[in-house]
Amino acid sequence: MLGKLTWGAIPFDQPIPLLAGAVVLVAILAVLVWVVVKGHLPYLWREWITSVDHKRIGVMYTLLASVMLLRGFSDAIMMRLQQAVSFHSPGFLPPEHYNQIFSAHGTIMIFFVAMPFVIGLMNLVVPLQLGVRDVAFPTLNSVGFWLTATGALLVNVSLVVGEFARTGWLPYPPLSELTYSPGVGVDYYLWSLEISGVGTLVAGINLVTTILKIRTKGMTYLRMPMFCWTALASNLLIVAAFPILTATLAMLILDRYLGFHFFTNEAGGNVMMFMNLIWAWGHPEVYILILPPFGIFSEVVATFSGKALFGYRSMVLATMAICLLSFMVWLHHFFTMGAGADVNAIFGIASMIIAIPTGVKIYNWLFTMYGGRVRFATPMLWSLGFMVTFIIGGLTGVLLAVPPADFLLHNSLFLIAHFHNVIIGGVLFGAFAGYTYWFPKAFGFRLHEGLGKAAFWFWLVGFYVAFMPLYVAGFLGATRRMQHYDVAEWRPWLIAAGFGAVLILIGIAFQIAQLAFSIRHREELRDRTGDPWDGRSLEWATSSPPPVFNFAILPDVSGEDAYWTQKLLARQQGKADEPHYEAIEMPRNSPTGFVCAFFATIMGFALIWHIWWMVIAGFVGAFATFVVFAWRDHDEYEIPADEVARLDRANIAARRELVTAARDAS
Amino acid sequence: MTAATLAHGRDPHHVHGIEDAENRGPAPKRIVTGYGFWIFILSDMVMFSCFFAAFAVLSGKTAGGPHGSELFNLRNVAIETGCLLMSSFVCGMASIAADMRNKFWFQIAMAVTCVLGLAFLWIEFREFADLVARGAGPSRSAFLSSFFTLVGCHGLHVSAGILWLLTMMAQVFAKGFRADIQRRFLCFALFWHALDIIWVAVFSIVYLLGSGT
Amino acid sequence: MNILDPQGPIAAAEKTILIDSVAIMLAIVVPTIIAIFAFAFWFRQSNPRAKYQPDWAYSGRIELVVWGIPALTVILLGGVAWIGAHQLDPAKPVDGTGQGVTIQVVSLDWKWLFIYPDQRVATVNTLTVPVGAPLHFQLTSASVMNAFFIPQLGSMIYTMNGMTTHLELRADEVGTYGGLSSHFSGDGFPDMLFDVHVVPQTEFSDWAVKSAHSAQGLNADSYKELVKQSVPKDKTVYRLEDPELFQDIATQRIAPGPGPDPASGKEQTVSSGVPHSGADHAR
Repeated sequence: MLGKLTWGAIPFDQPIPLLAGAVVLVAILAVLVWVVVKGHLPYLWREWITSVDHKRIGVMYTLLASVMLLRGFSDAIMMRLQQAVSFHSPGFLPPEHYNQIFSAHGTIMIFFVAMPFVIGLMNLVVPLQLGVRDVAFPTLNSVGFWLTATGALLVNVSLVVGEFARTGWLPYPPLSELTYSPGVGVDYYLWSLEISGVGTLVAGINLVTTILKIRTKGMTYLRMPMFCWTALASNLLIVAAFPILTATLAMLILDRYLGFHFFTNEAGGNVMMFMNLIWAWGHPEVYILILPPFGIFSEVVATFSGKALFGYRSMVLATMAICLLSFMVWLHHFFTMGAGADVNAIFGIASMIIAIPTGVKIYNWLFTMYGGRVRFATPMLWSLGFMVTFIIGGLTGVLLAVPPADFLLHNSLFLIAHFHNVIIGGVLFGAFAGYTYWFPKAFGFRLHEGLGKAAFWFWLVGFYVAFMPLYVAGFLGATRRMQHYDVAEWRPWLIAAGFGAVLILIGIAFQIAQLAFSIRHREELRDRTGDPWDGRSLEWATSSPPPVFNFAILPDVSGEDAYWTQKLLARQQGKADEPHYEAIEMPRNSPTGFVCAFFATIMGFALIWHIWWMVIAGFVGAFATFVVFAWRDHDEYEIPADEVARLDRANIAARRELVTAARDAS
Repeated sequence: MTAATLAHGRDPHHVHGIEDAENRGPAPKRIVTGYGFWIFILSDMVMFSCFFAAFAVLSGKTAGGPHGSELFNLRNVAIETGCLLMSSFVCGMASIAADMRNKFWFQIAMAVTCVLGLAFLWIEFREFADLVARGAGPSRSAFLSSFFTLVGCHGLHVSAGILWLLTMMAQVFAKGFRADIQRRFLCFALFWHALDIIWVAVFSIVYLLGSGT
Repeated sequence: MNILDPQGPIAAAEKTILIDSVAIMLAIVVPTIIAIFAFAFWFRQSNPRAKYQPDWAYSGRIELVVWGIPALTVILLGGVAWIGAHQLDPAKPVDGTGQGVTIQVVSLDWKWLFIYPDQRVATVNTLTVPVGAPLHFQLTSASVMNAFFIPQLGSMIYTMNGMTTHLELRADEVGTYGGLSSHFSGDGFPDMLFDVHVVPQTEFSDWAVKSAHSAQGLNADSYKELVKQSVPKDKTVYRLEDPELFQDIATQRIAPGPGPDPASGKEQTVSSGVPHSGADHAR
């Protein structure tokens, strides 16, 4: 009746997951009770859960990422703690737990922190920067978000019902086959990612179509902000690469569920094929993650240097070169498989070539600062921290691209340090810069500067203290994923790394404090003009937060840095004629995304536990949801012209203050 | 207007005379929908490519079991192919009927498309059942795993297409040729034709090439 | 296990490449990092002496340089990569003194089996090799993927069931070094450590002869016990009764090793060395 599911699936005998699970459940219940009792549920349902507004969806993606960052980071702290104490000792985490923890850590950080964070920021900002009202497919956007949330939910459910995969964040066969991983752990991993993979693909299709087909008048490709170019490149990669992940995980699912032999040891399965396929996805994936942060830095460095981005066309060329080249380097993830010198060398050289456009970007940011007036607000600090840190990560990456060097350093703590170097220093610092930069746009008030700076410094120093020792340990022969070790030379470095993790923890604490403090003191931090940073692109032309329709009249763009040009002209000319306001049609909210994800969760859980009747029920429910959605007669609602006029006039009035103040000051 | 002209002059990227390089604003809904769906189809083709790649890698791994040449019945494949290609043609007829807003011929054409699609699925299902009965099921060898997956994935897409087809027929019946329903139908037609293209690749690489070994 | 303290030519050459590559890159990276600090500091808003050039956003000369410098670096390093990948390909034979030794390596859950087909010896988790002689490793796995790695001797290489990989090394200094698996393979993975005893040629010959008369014999039956999931406490030395054993494992004539006891998939006790029975590869 309930497939493989029994009471034994709940870890009553394992204190750590049991306690963690209990704490999280209580927290979730407490939040739910508070929401319902305070009467916020209708508001939440109407304004957020069923919203198809890209700004709301962007915020929800970012919120999901932030919450999952806490979960992924807890895993990290446990790993560091275990390795700090498990010298000639079993430590406090037995292998079967430790192995789940590092697998969950990687899976969560990549799929449920980094991906949602960048997708969230792109969702929030790209339509605003393009001067339009929404993405191409708003309801689909909602579906994509909720399916991603489903994946995150399933991964976390594995903590308390069953177990998670013990194979690492990429489940190499044959370890991940049924023979060697007979439990439900790998199945949790597989279904969670298949479901959220659909969500990611949907987001990719949405953003590609938006950027290519939905831009305001006059915004030719070469007038788009740099963030939109990097968003385009990243989403093209999503569309091209995620189907590979879907197919490969599907093959592993077929092996495990129906006895197929894609990757089994027996009957002709081919383990090397898995590695090729999964990294053909995996390498583009890391560029999917890093390209939008590159775009964020372009925006932030230009804004806080008071200067246009240096070498815009060069940056565009570099971005698209990275996009294309990212598909040509995947073998560098398994130089040690023995493919031969020619193959190894070609892929090694290709991997280095991709460092050229990346280097170009760093120099262009450098020269953007040159001749500028640099302000060290928190987003700029994250950018400077990124530039220095990412260069080091890039150096170690190019080093690993030399096959003979990789023969010594593959799978070592040196590798771990390298990819954390580029992911934390690149993706996460970029996400934090974007979060701080665009927070006022999303919510109408700024984040507290002092707490933000404190968070930055603890993160920066903590990162170096946590990961530089791992480079050293890698040179000393330490390999990754070791639950315990006997080599005395590694010990001090692993302890130092643990200390670094604690510093990062303090950084995170400051970020939480910053958010709480800023919400409490939001009136003092209010952004009244919509342009708190003296920005250059069109999102700063709207109020903070923008009205649901973004722009009362879609702007007519005639150059790069569209909004900067507008501002300069406004300062020179003063008052402009009031435009003619018309009614605006916006897409209606829809519960499709949430309901579809609900059924997807049921299906996923049922598939994991082999509860076949529930799978069918979930599928029927999901299909029914789509049919019901398709049957809608009214998919849009109208905002009357005078409402549009009222909102726009308020925005203009607030800006007039800003322009007058600037004119008086100069 | 003055603002635009002034900025116009200052823009280093504007080249005089190349007016069609200007972007006229967001594209109309029909174009946006079609474009987005094309991107989806491209992504689906990437997924199929993975299954083709797996098939190519594993085609020799029969684990002592049967090869394709011993298993494939090219006559059935020809009939299947005929059904599917014909269904694409009839789907095209349905597109024309939709453009002309002719409900009757639309429903007829869609019904025929459905029947042909189901015929395809039936023949394929029979083929699979027969192979399993002969001990040549997907768990027999890696080659058979990849065969069943590639061909089966296509079959699953056709099945999903049939569900979609029936939904479209119901929608047109209930609500007529409303703009959003027309857009959806455009996507359905693209999907159905794309499945045809994939089938051409499947029967060439899997059945024709495979039978020769 | 310090890779910066090589004890063989492969590791030494790889270390050289490591250091040279880092040096080449530091030559670019250090000035760039200094420039980042310098520009940010000099052009800070509060510096009235810095010239503000808000419209300066392009320079052909600078573009040439910023594309050129990384490109030149990559060309240089690419050359290093090409030459290095060829000279240090794991399967490329290494010269040495004395007779080469063929060692067949099988990774099991969770230990290493070393088979010396010519000496008719097999060992678990301990490797004895003659100094200065070419070492021809043939590697496979009895179950899941692993990676064979002796950091101070050089390159690691994957082991995979049903396939044979090749590695050529040489140890130039007498001593005992550490070896490990560098690819995660399950609950007993951290215990997949082995010693490498590099001994003079004569000592090696004596050891080989003595071990070939070991009380324990490695044949299909004792192998069956060995292949079950466990972490052994002893470093057993066997006499090799079946010289075709490695071939049988590598070509899957002997079936791959079993997984954990299917009934208790969640709980795996690994420390006690008690094997879990049940060859569960029915699917």
